Amino acid sequence: MIDLGRLYRAEWGRLLAALIRSFGDFDLAEEALQEAFAAAAAEWTAAAPENARGWLYATARHRALDRLRRERILTGKLAELARESDGDPPAADSALDLTVPDERLRLIFTCCHPALPLEAQVALTLRTVGGLTTEEIARAFLLPSVAMAQRLVRAKAKIREAGIPYADPSQADLSARTEAVMTVLYLIFNEGYAAAQGEALVRRELCAEAIRLARLLCALLRPPPSEALALLALMLLVDSRRDARTDAAGDLILLADQDRARWDRAAIAEGIDLVVRALRFGAAGPYGLEAAIAAVHAEAAVAAETDWPQIAALYRRLQEVAPSPITALNRAVAVAMAEGPATGLPLVEELAEALGDYHLWHAARADLLRRLGRRAEAAASYRRAHALARNEPERRFLARRIAECDAATSAKTET
Amino acid sequence: MKYLLLTYENEKRWENGYDPKEMEEYGKFGKEFAAEIQGGNALKATKTATTVRVRDGKRLVTDGPFAETKEQLGGFYLIEAPDLDHAIAMAGKIPAARHGSVEIRPIMTFA
Repeated sequence: MIDLGRLYRAEWGRLLAALIRSFGDFDLAEEALQEAFAAAAAEWTAAAPENARGWLYATARHRALDRLRRERILTGKLAELARESDGDPPAADSALDLTVPDERLRLIFTCCHPALPLEAQVALTLRTVGGLTTEEIARAFLLPSVAMAQRLVRAKAKIREAGIPYADPSQADLSARTEAVMTVLYLIFNEGYAAAQGEALVRRELCAEAIRLARLLCALLRPPPSEALALLALMLLVDSRRDARTDAAGDLILLADQDRARWDRAAIAEGIDLVVRALRFGAAGPYGLEAAIAAVHAEAAVAAETDWPQIAALYRRLQEVAPSPITALNRAVAVAMAEGPATGLPLVEELAEALGDYHLWHAARADLLRRLGRRAEAAASYRRAHALARNEPERRFLARRIAECDAATSAKTET
Repeated sequence: MKYLLLTYENEKRWENGYDPKEMEEYGKFGKEFAAEIQGGNALKATKTATTVRVRDGKRLVTDGPFAETKEQLGGFYLIEAPDLDHAIAMAGKIPAARHGSVEIRPIMTFA
């Protein structure tokens, strides 16, 4: 049995990138490739041809040329293309000597061009490089398919109309443009991991896809920048906890309470290896520091052995490199773990103005109050967190904490 | 492709005349991209502007643009560039990009 679905996911991006390169048209390339896969499904009854990729490429090129002929716009450059790959479409069993040029880096940079809105960059990258269907992307982002299709159409129109080149960025822009690509990949990962709401399965696939794309970016950029290696490491390390972070009911389990035997050891080993490689060269960037933090967590056999002073120090450096209130909050929590809740609480409270609408700020504050024995205040903060949280498992977790605090408070009043 | 690069900045910067150093930069920009630049001009301040509308067949003439923005259209370049990245690279070298912003608009062609 031929696993066409797997082949589709593995080869889509590379084939599409090469087709766009030769035809200069996203839509034409996409439709032709779609048809080539449909032809494969119909013709590969017994087995896939030896050079399945080459077969698909040749077939898609034929389809694209047919389409152009029908539309009678076969001129100049296109006539040249036709000469290159004219003749009969390949038979399923023919040995093909057709290598498909790897143009995926161009495709990635084009999809993540800063002239496109960020959400369009994300959708386009998943569709073209990742080979997800419009429906899959729509489901992952909780949008109707029609809206997601519109987003993709508009993005492709902008590429065409504004003259966004199908090219690697100039040397001068390379590092900024690579950063933009990493932002898109990390956003895809976080959408899958931090899951505001939605189907667990789709979200897991989104994380896997982000990891696949980060791997691809590291393989295509020569040499891979240390921040790209660090990003891949960060994703692997965070994702290594996927099976341990929810219980059978889908409820969230905190890092401290997770069954570490269920962490993905292979992902951790690869992640740590990558962090070490990434940090070998000079000062760490934001992804390097975040990956290092994830690595410190991963290295603790039990939660109690976590090197919190080290984590607090890494967050402090992260706050210097890429200051944000969320990082400050994480640092405050790490300080509270290293030096006690009394030291951490004022650091958390400093952030009241910046994070007053953020449920995790209230949850963090509540947790420190609880550990300081200030149960009533803790319950009030958990209530604020609960009111602001959107994710169901998080809401259930917070509801449990409220009940615990309330029970402890009333027990205290009774005695 | 043809693009229009529109420069926006706070026109108060120019109230007391032009900064010769910056003018020199504009001169250098013009020389560096002489091949791409097909035209362009600086505009007088918005207080010299006139706005025309026709409503119900009646022409209304008023002064100035109304939008209360911090930055005003101050000039433009019409360029011929191979693609957007080239236009972006050029836009980044216009001094107005440092003080305000440069908007890049592809020129519409009618078949």
